[in-house]
Amino acid sequence: MDVSQYLGIFLDEAKEHIQVLSDQMLILEQEPDNQDAINEIFRAAHSLKGMAGTMGYKRLQRLTHDMEDCFSAVRSGQMSVTSELMDVLFQALDAIEGYVETIQNTSDEGDNDNDSIVNELNRLLKSGTGENGGQKKAAEKPAEEAKAEAPAKAASAPDSEKAEYRNIELDESQKNTLKDAIVSGKHVYGFTVFIQETCLLKAARAFLVFKAIEESGDVVVSSPSSQDIEDEKFEFRFSLFAICDADIEKVKAAIMSVSEIEDAVGEEYTEDMIDSPSGDAETASESTPEERMLENAPAPVGGNVPAAKEAKGSGGAKKPAVKPVVSRTIRVDIEKLDTLMNLVSELIIAKNTIVSAANSDTQTGGGGRNPLVENVEYLESVTTNLHEAVMKVRMVPIESAVQKFPRMVRDLEKKLDKKMNLTITGEDTELDRTVVDEIGDPLMHLIRNSADHGLENTATRIERGKPETGTIFLNAYQDGNNVVIEVGDDGNGIDVEAVRSKIIERGYASEETANQMSDKDIINVLFDPGFSMAKQVTDISGRGVGLDVVKSNIESLGGDVEVKTKLGEGSTFIVRLPLTLAIIQALMVIVGGEKYAISLDSITTIEDVPVSDIKLVQQKEVIQLRGTVIPIIRLSNVLGVESTKDDSENLVAVIVKKGDTLAGLVVDELMGQQEIVIKSLGKYINNDRIISGATILGDGEVALIIDANALI
Amino acid sequence: MQELEVYEEDKVIQYIVVNLGIEHYGIDIRYVDNIVRVPQITRVPNVQSYFKGVINLRGEVIPVMSLRLKFDMPEIEYTGKTRIIIIKIDPSAAIGIIVDEVEEVRDLPESMVEKKTPDKNDPGQFYITGVGKTDKGLVSILDLATVIGEKEIG
Repeated sequence: MDVSQYLGIFLDEAKEHIQVLSDQMLILEQEPDNQDAINEIFRAAHSLKGMAGTMGYKRLQRLTHDMEDCFSAVRSGQMSVTSELMDVLFQALDAIEGYVETIQNTSDEGDNDNDSIVNELNRLLKSGTGENGGQKKAAEKPAEEAKAEAPAKAASAPDSEKAEYRNIELDESQKNTLKDAIVSGKHVYGFTVFIQETCLLKAARAFLVFKAIEESGDVVVSSPSSQDIEDEKFEFRFSLFAICDADIEKVKAAIMSVSEIEDAVGEEYTEDMIDSPSGDAETASESTPEERMLENAPAPVGGNVPAAKEAKGSGGAKKPAVKPVVSRTIRVDIEKLDTLMNLVSELIIAKNTIVSAANSDTQTGGGGRNPLVENVEYLESVTTNLHEAVMKVRMVPIESAVQKFPRMVRDLEKKLDKKMNLTITGEDTELDRTVVDEIGDPLMHLIRNSADHGLENTATRIERGKPETGTIFLNAYQDGNNVVIEVGDDGNGIDVEAVRSKIIERGYASEETANQMSDKDIINVLFDPGFSMAKQVTDISGRGVGLDVVKSNIESLGGDVEVKTKLGEGSTFIVRLPLTLAIIQALMVIVGGEKYAISLDSITTIEDVPVSDIKLVQQKEVIQLRGTVIPIIRLSNVLGVESTKDDSENLVAVIVKKGDTLAGLVVDELMGQQEIVIKSLGKYINNDRIISGATILGDGEVALIIDANALI
Repeated sequence: MQELEVYEEDKVIQYIVVNLGIEHYGIDIRYVDNIVRVPQITRVPNVQSYFKGVINLRGEVIPVMSLRLKFDMPEIEYTGKTRIIIIKIDPSAAIGIIVDEVEEVRDLPESMVEKKTPDKNDPGQFYITGVGKTDKGLVSILDLATVIGEKEIG
């Protein structure tokens, strides 16, 4: 059977199940008696196994099956949760993840049998359940059977209710086909097949049912149509008429042999019955109006199969742990969103063109309000809203990037033999999808860094009177047009003097220079490529690739990172990321006759500075602003142009900030605020990072974007 | 008839022949995306000296370099004949090359091009992979990857 069309769904859902397993297993490890967690785990493992089986991934199926056995034993109380068991289960989970990854890359599960893990699981299962081993199987079986029977019993009492095949309306030609078959000595059967409501690939199951029937005959008609079944446009049941050679029990057995089929009811039809099938059907359908309502209400029209499944699950006879209602979502290829985004960008450029044309019209036309200007303003607000809406579509919670960290910290805890605890807040903070995809690695580096370098070992912590268990935290929150992610620990903090001596020792800077460097400069060296503080190289961090990679990754996303640290109390890395990548609000300025854009995010105020206010500190120009000394940077010098302003005139200073640091950028003229679309300068031009990109103005002219962060 | 024979045994490559002063250069047409007049160029500060800046080509920002400056030739004023050849070696990154004039599109069979190994010591020969012989004179075939800096020099 060709299952390739289900591969995408399989991968998506498998990943979700793996994540559920990982999350809940961590909870279970902490709270071995948590029934919700074990139920959730069991459900995820079971679904995963079923899906793997359907897709024909035997190894994956075997491994999940053995895991499920363990969970089942834990759930029934025959086995207790030990750290040894959890270790093996986590290994098994890693192996499953490995399979899924291989499947994603090659659409095949590979040939790693992971025998050692399977054996280990079985050994633990045997020893854990002790002599009960034999009983366990027996005890588990009835439990499972009872589970399977429960819904069946509830529904199967009046058989005619389930015989929905009687409702199929046959047209004349179909009737004739069926009659001809009976005349020629074949059997005509009507069947209604019920698929388990937990089934994830019901279309695939239905397909297998059709195949099973077709081994001994032909399906003449089905309800819903075979096309609808293939497209999953049906509830967990379907009806059909088939012409078969075999007797009805055999066909029924063939149908039931397909896994995840809950029940199949059917009967043999005679010629008379074919002509008048609806009589019985009427009563049948009338007797179950309520049930039909129930079945039809959550029809997955919106494309949200999981939500519908959830609703049905809780309404049905089975009672899985009640989960919060899943929000209605659809999966969209990110390329489609990119296209949409590009179109919005084009629209904004076109809008800017019209805005500037309309403005020049009003200027020449004597300043009266004309309808064009009003409509242009309308257009402007529509495009801005459209842009925001599209951006919002692209926003996803950072959850997907951070959810693997609890597991990672657990592993680090064992590896480093330090007690540590990870707290995450704000995982629902949203960021552009592309940023979320990229931010995982840098954050992982920071957490490893905290675990390895930040936290002291347990003995030292006790000695220092700190809690034995170290805390690593990850806090995410939105701050204006930025998202801030803080990663830190309550460890030792950065020992600036130790770094300073290391700098000298490694010949990174001369003793003289190093001694003159401020604490901040010293800490910044940690972000330089090739500089590592680790006394010994571990496989966790300390190869001298780490913080520099973190920094460059974050900068490539348009963000920046800074550190706050206090010796003995811990350090915090503060990562600041822009909410959006492509379109920003900018202040347009003129320097030496050239137009530049400065992102509004980095600007705090704009000041008019009399020349007399400029002081010199260490040969550098500074101004005092409300008590703070701020260095001023003459953009004309940085950009290599002649300022058009006279030396005696007041300066226009755009005050920008990076973290806590302020600076005043001196420009010749202000043009005003504008929404700009960021375009890359391409890979061929090597500029010195002051220019972060370009944008196209309303008149078609290209203006460069100044990265204030690079200037400070 | 003779031409046909040449065609059969020789790979013919089409070149855009451009002029810098009195010299002719050939650019493999496969890499040419477009040829445009010189629009307004926005200077980009602190970049390689031969980059004149960036232009807006139908909504795309494209860096442009002066072939004269790249070849250490004196700059001249743009005239009505000055053109920018938009090159795309990497489909996602375009770059413009400013030339004095575009002369023609010319078919050159491989046999008519004398291969040259780029000479590191002769700046004039850095960017040349060969010299083509035509009835109008010699055409230096540009090694585009080197010209636009995709490939490091020797």
